[in-house]
Formats: sequence, C-alpha cells, structure tokens
Amino acid sequence: MSAHEQSRGPAVPPNGEKPRWLDYQGNVNRIVYGLYAVCVLLAGVDLIYHRHAILSFEAWPGFYAWYGFLVCAGFVLAAKAMRKVLMRDEDYYD
Amino acid sequence: MIEGLSPALILILGALLVPFLQSGARKIYMLSLPVLGLIQLFSLEQVDHGVFQVIGYTITTLRVDALSIIFGTIFHIATFLVIVYALHVRDTMQHVAALIYAGAAIGAVFAGDMITLFLYWELTAIASVFLIWARRTESAYRAGMRYLLIQVGSGLILLAGMIFYARETGSVEFTKMSLDSLATWLIFIAFGIKCAFPLLHNWLHDAYPQATVTGTVALSAFTTKLAVYALARGFPGEEILIPIGAVMAAFPIFYAVIENDLRRVLTYNLNNQLGFMVVGIGIGTEMAINGTAAHAFSSVLYKALLFMSMGAVLLRAGTVKASELGGLYKFMPWTMVFCLVGAASISAFPLFIGFISKALILKAAAAEGYWVVWLVLIFASVGVFHNSGFKVPYFTFFGRDSGIRCKEAPWNMLLAMGLTAALCIGIGVYPQLLYDMLPYQVDYAPYTTGHVLTQLQLLAFATLAFTLLMRSGLYPSELRSVNLDSDWVYRRLFPGIIVRMDSIVRRIFHSAVDVRRRRVARLIDTVYRHHGPQGVLARTWPTGSTVLWVALLLGVTLFLYYL
Repeated sequence: MSAHEQSRGPAVPPNGEKPRWLDYQGNVNRIVYGLYAVCVLLAGVDLIYHRHAILSFEAWPGFYAWYGFLVCAGFVLAAKAMRKVLMRDEDYYD
Repeated sequence: MIEGLSPALILILGALLVPFLQSGARKIYMLSLPVLGLIQLFSLEQVDHGVFQVIGYTITTLRVDALSIIFGTIFHIATFLVIVYALHVRDTMQHVAALIYAGAAIGAVFAGDMITLFLYWELTAIASVFLIWARRTESAYRAGMRYLLIQVGSGLILLAGMIFYARETGSVEFTKMSLDSLATWLIFIAFGIKCAFPLLHNWLHDAYPQATVTGTVALSAFTTKLAVYALARGFPGEEILIPIGAVMAAFPIFYAVIENDLRRVLTYNLNNQLGFMVVGIGIGTEMAINGTAAHAFSSVLYKALLFMSMGAVLLRAGTVKASELGGLYKFMPWTMVFCLVGAASISAFPLFIGFISKALILKAAAAEGYWVVWLVLIFASVGVFHNSGFKVPYFTFFGRDSGIRCKEAPWNMLLAMGLTAALCIGIGVYPQLLYDMLPYQVDYAPYTTGHVLTQLQLLAFATLAFTLLMRSGLYPSELRSVNLDSDWVYRRLFPGIIVRMDSIVRRIFHSAVDVRRRRVARLIDTVYRHHGPQGVLARTWPTGSTVLWVALLLGVTLFLYYL
C-alpha cells in the first residue's frame, strides 16, 4: 500500500485497461477521511444523546466506540501473533 | 394438500425422479419440489401427525408446532435458493444428494420421537457427503471420509443415548430433557458434534471448504441449523450451553483472521454465529429462544449468500485464496454487491437481517444479567464484522489488482444471490415478517435510536481499527498457509502414533518371526535329513517330505495368520 500512497496518479491496471475511480489513491484517501468524519460524528452524538442501557457500563460515554476499536485491533494483532505457533505450509497435511 | 404427508417425503421421494428427467423439465421439476413442500407444510394443522406404535414405543413422524415450523420454513426457502444457484450444474448426483439432504433435514426437524430423528439424522450425514465427494479430488475424498465418520459417529452416539433413554423413561418422545443421566449426556454430545461445539468443531472447517461450489451452499444451510433446532427442542435453558456458546462465538474469530481460504473463513464465522444461537438456547427465556430461532433463520440466508458469492468467485476466478485474489469488483460487480449485502447482514448493519435477529439474543443476555457473556458476544460481533464483513469482500473484490480477469457469475447464480439478498434486506427492513413466525410473542422493537446508534458506533470504530492497521502496515498479510486446529489431533497426532506403533509392532513381529523362521529352518533341516530323498526314513517313500513340507507351511501360515 505504501508504494501506492506515494504516487497520486492511478495505479494503471495491466493490458492498458481504463483506470476506475478506486484506482486513484486520492479517492481511497477520500473514503478514509470520510470514515474519520463518520467516527467523530458518531462519537459526538454519544455526548449529546442519552442512551437507554440495560447493563451499567453500556451507558458510559463512547462505550461502544472504544470497545469496538480496542477489541478489533486486539484480536487482529493477537491472531497475527498466533501465526507463530499455528501456521504451517499449505501442503502440511498432504 | 395431502393430510398428514411429511414435506420431507416430497423432497426425498421427489429426488429419486430427478435422474429420469432432462434439461428444462428437470429444472422446473426440481424448483417445484420445495414450493410443493412449503405449501404442504403450511396446509398442515399444528398437531402431531403420523403417530403409531412400534414395540411399545410411540412414534411421531410429523410434529408440527411453532418451533418446527420456523426451521421447516427456512429449510424449504434454502432448498429453493440452493436449487436456483445450482441450475447450471449438470451433475445429477449433486442434485439428488442435495434434495435428499434437504429433505432429511426437514424430516428431522418435524420428528416427534428420537427414532425418527435418528433415521433422518443419519440420512443428512450420508446424503450430504456426496456434495463433498462430488468435487472429485483426492483431498475432497479424504475430507469427505473424515466428515462421514464424524457425522455417522454423532448418529451412533445419539442412538446409544436414545436406547439408554428409552430404558430409563420408557419413552422415545423427543422433548425437553435435563442433563442428569448418561442417556441425556450422550444425546447432548451427539447434538454438540453436529452443532460444532468447541473441540468437536473441526469437521466443519475441514469438510465444508472442500465441497463443490454449490455443495458448500447447501451444507452451510442444513446440518448445523438442524443441530441448533435439536438443542433448542431438547435442552432449552440448560446453563452449560451459555459458556459453550460464548467460547464458540469467540474462538473461531482468531482463526478466521489468519485463514487464507475465504470459504474456510466463512465456515469459521458460521461456527461463530452458531455460538450466538447456543447462548440463546442456554439462557432459555422466551426472548432468548425467539432470538435463537430468528438468528438461525437469518443466518441460513446470509451465510448462504456469502457462500454463494465465494462459490461464484471460485467458479470464475478458479480460487478463493485471499493471497491470490483482489480487484474483482471490475469483473464481477453483481457478485460484489450481493457479497456486500451478505457482509452487511452478518455484521448486523441496520436495515439488514442480522441486525434484527442477533439483537434478540444480546438483549436476552443483558436482561438476565450475563454481562461477561454479553461482552464476549459483542466482541464476537466485531470479530464477525471484521472477518466476513471486511476481510472476505475486501481481499476478493478490492485490495490489490490480482491480475485475474474473469467473467461475471452465470445468470442463475446471480438470480439466487439476488433473491437471497432481497430477503436479507426485506426482512431487515420489515422485521415483523420474521417476528410473526417466532415460537413466542415478540415484545421488542429493533429500530430504536439507541440501538441503531450503538451498532453504528461499534461498526464504525471497528472499521477505523482495521483501516489504521492496514495503513500502518501492521495488518497481517494474506499468506498461503494452513493453521493448526483441533483436526491436527486426528489428522497428525493419531496417525503419527499409529505409524510409530506400527513400526514398533512390525519390528517386534519381524524379529519374532525371524527367530521362529530360524528354528523352523533348523527343524526342517533335521526332518529333511531323515525324511528327505536322501534321508534314512524316506528312501522308500519320497512324497513324505512333500507332505511334511506342505503341512509345515500350512501350520506356519495359520500361526502367522493368527498372530
């Protein structure tokens, strides 16, 4: 991904096909900035809107936001570490 | 329609005629079977049909009530969708196997006694293995054998449990049981194997990705949901199911992150969704059982949709390995859209079916104060969003350009995916369609500001997490690999022990035989000296040595054979 990020132009597909909207790194960045904006907005709403909660910690401001962020980052990195123990060649069982 | 006729028989007996029909007629005939079955199902009164006595036990071949109707309905819908998806397939064996398999699953759902349940239970195992073998590769054959052994084994454990149960209670009625005897434990374990409980789960990840393009779609719908039904019928409110379900929901998430075969990623998520249902059964309140039934219904749809889209990719691109795919949105745009609908549904995005079904289980867990389990289930929701919602579509349709140039899926596959996607969105938008079918009255409104907001927060910030990991290069890259799981025990450890024992036994055997052979040779030498042609005792009767030789050889053979 880093190689693409350096160039603002489209990653030209082979065979001289016409580049699509998503082939431009600038457009990919736009989607990511859009995501940041959505996150800020959703977290902001939590400060204003009083949610009804069944469990006590559910009512903490931004609970769903930080829980979602932390567990997602957590299990992806944990699974990456698990590879050291669990990963074998594709033809291991053959 | 016909009074008391099981819809299962329409599919099973109907399947037997399929080989005699050709092209167009066969397609129309096959499509009509689940439609007729569903009409028959809705025409049945909600009572026990087909009740008779065998050696003092009451057999109920067709029990129609709210719980069996919802599972029976979704199985019919799934059968129809699977047939549409497989219309282009010319392999008669697959069509017959899929129809018998679906019919057997439906028969099992309507079984009112355990003898009927057992017969259909085994029939699902035997019919479904042909969907794996139909791939016609060496590895599919071996995976099919392992699958068959485990599935039939589950049936035998069920049989043993049933026999003990009948002796204890004098009845074979399939109804709510409690885990207080060997009999009920055996039945529970039999259900647990088919439901892919932790450590009993690996047949699922081993076999399903090996089945044919269309076979995996059929497999994803029936076997495990039948097991969920059986648990909901037999063990509602059994508390041990809560921790079992929580582990099931969380454990496969990690494996799915690092799995390269995308159809296997989907089986890990299938396993994880079963965990939600098992938790619901364990909680056992009306809301929880409703949640389990609703989630089983919706997961049949979105899992089928996801497996359909990956099946289309396998058919067209020739692989579903994440390390080899990418950029297919340009060539399979419709498949991509349908895959995203499945992804949004399993991730429980508002307006998609998963949102309105999973919430019932989460609400039930919170209402009963199971906060740890609730946290695990929210974690599992984020996990399934990452795996099926992000990883599967991203690495297939987006990401880098893999260089693969392929055609869009055949029209019938697109039609099947379109119909399934329409159901996922339709029921997501009008949840009452599903809620009205549930076994108990539903007192729940999924579309509250709080629920929509919190779900969007959860999904947006999970997206933020893996976007940041991606852009920082910390995200684990897709590698051609396999990851060790519990199947290692029976695919490596046991065979390893047996091979080693084999070599030890062989060595002992050979040395023992060597010793005896030398002794026998000495004996023969001695005997030959006396009885042989030159021998003192045989000079007048040389055939004697031959007879002796034969007798000795026979004796040694017999001895060795006995060993």
